[in-house]
Amino acid sequence: MAQSLTHDAMTLPADWRDLFALTKPRVMSLVVFTALCGLLAAPGDVHPVLGFASILAIALGAGASGALNQWYEAGLDAKMKRTAGRPLPAGRLDPQTALQFGIGLAAFSLFLMLFASNWQATLLLAASILFYVFIYTMWLKPRTPQNIVIGGAAGAFPPLIGWVAATGSIAPLPVMLFLLIFLWTPPHFWALALFVRSDYAAAGSPMMPVVAGETSTRRQILFYALIMAAAAIAPWPLGYTGALYGWTAILLSAIFVILSVQVGTRTTREGDLMQPEKRLFAFSIAYLFILFGAVVADHWWPL
Amino acid sequence: MTDEPDQPPFDEAEYRRRQRSRANMMAWMLGALAILFFFITIAKMQIFA
Repeated sequence: MAQSLTHDAMTLPADWRDLFALTKPRVMSLVVFTALCGLLAAPGDVHPVLGFASILAIALGAGASGALNQWYEAGLDAKMKRTAGRPLPAGRLDPQTALQFGIGLAAFSLFLMLFASNWQATLLLAASILFYVFIYTMWLKPRTPQNIVIGGAAGAFPPLIGWVAATGSIAPLPVMLFLLIFLWTPPHFWALALFVRSDYAAAGSPMMPVVAGETSTRRQILFYALIMAAAAIAPWPLGYTGALYGWTAILLSAIFVILSVQVGTRTTREGDLMQPEKRLFAFSIAYLFILFGAVVADHWWPL
Repeated sequence: MTDEPDQPPFDEAEYRRRQRSRANMMAWMLGALAILFFFITIAKMQIFA
C-alpha cells in the first residue's frame, strides 16, 4: 500500500483507523441495514453464510464509494467545518493511498459478491458504485442543486441488491423500497443542508438552500415528504406487504409529514437554533430504520 | 533562511507502531477472509450437491 505523510527521506504509513474512517462507517450502517432488510424480506431461504458474504460485499462496496468520494472531494471537505477533520483534508492520509484503497476495495467487493451470490447482484453493486462516484460525486454534486435528488438513487440501491442477491431477480417490492429511499433522500439531506447552510456556502457547493434559497428549499422538503409518504404506504394497498408494515408506514409517515410541515412553513430568525430542521433530520434516520425493520417483520410475522 | 514550514521531527516509534498495527490488521483480515471463502465454498457445495 502507498505511504502517507511524506517526510524527507522517511514516510509514515497510513493508520488503519484513517483508512476505516475513509469508508464513512456511519453511512455504511444504514446501507448494511437496508441491504439486510432487502435480503431478509425476499422470498425463499438464503444460506446464512452466503447471505452474510453478500451483505459484507455490499458494505465493502459502500465503503469503497465513500473512500472514492472523499478522495475526490478532499479540497471541498477542507473548506467545511463538518468535514475538515476527515483524514484527507486533515493531512493524515495522502490522496494516492485513498485512491488505491477505494479502487482496491471496490474491486474486491465485486469479486466477493460474484463469488458468494450471482452476476445480477454483482452488476447492480457495480452500477451503484459507478453511479455514486461518477454520476453523483464527480458530475452532479458540483454542478446542480438537484444533486441530492438524482444522487439519492445511489443510496437507494442496497435493498434492491440485497433482494437480487437472495433471489437473482428484481420484483416490485424492492423497486418500491428503492423508490422510498430515493424520495426520502431530499428531505433528509435538505434538512441537514438548512442548518449547515453556511458551511456549504463557504465551500461553494450548489446545495439547494445556497442556490434556490431557504424558502424554496423548505417548500421542496414538504413536497418530497408528501410523495415519500405516499410511496412508503403504497406497498400495503398494492398487496406487496401486510397490515403490520402498512400501519407502521402510516404512523411514521404521518409524523414525518408533520415534522416537514413545521420545517416547510417557517422562516429562519436571527439566532435561530434550527430545532425543527434538526428534529426532522434525526427523525428521518429513525424513520428509515424502523420502516425497513417493519418490512422484514411483516414478511416473517404477517398479521 | 527559507519560507518553508518546519517539518516535525521523524518519530521512529510512531512509524513502527503504525507499521505493526497495520500488519496485525492485515493478518486478521486475511485470516478472516480465508475462513469466509472456505465456508462460502462449503455452502455452495451443499446447495449444488
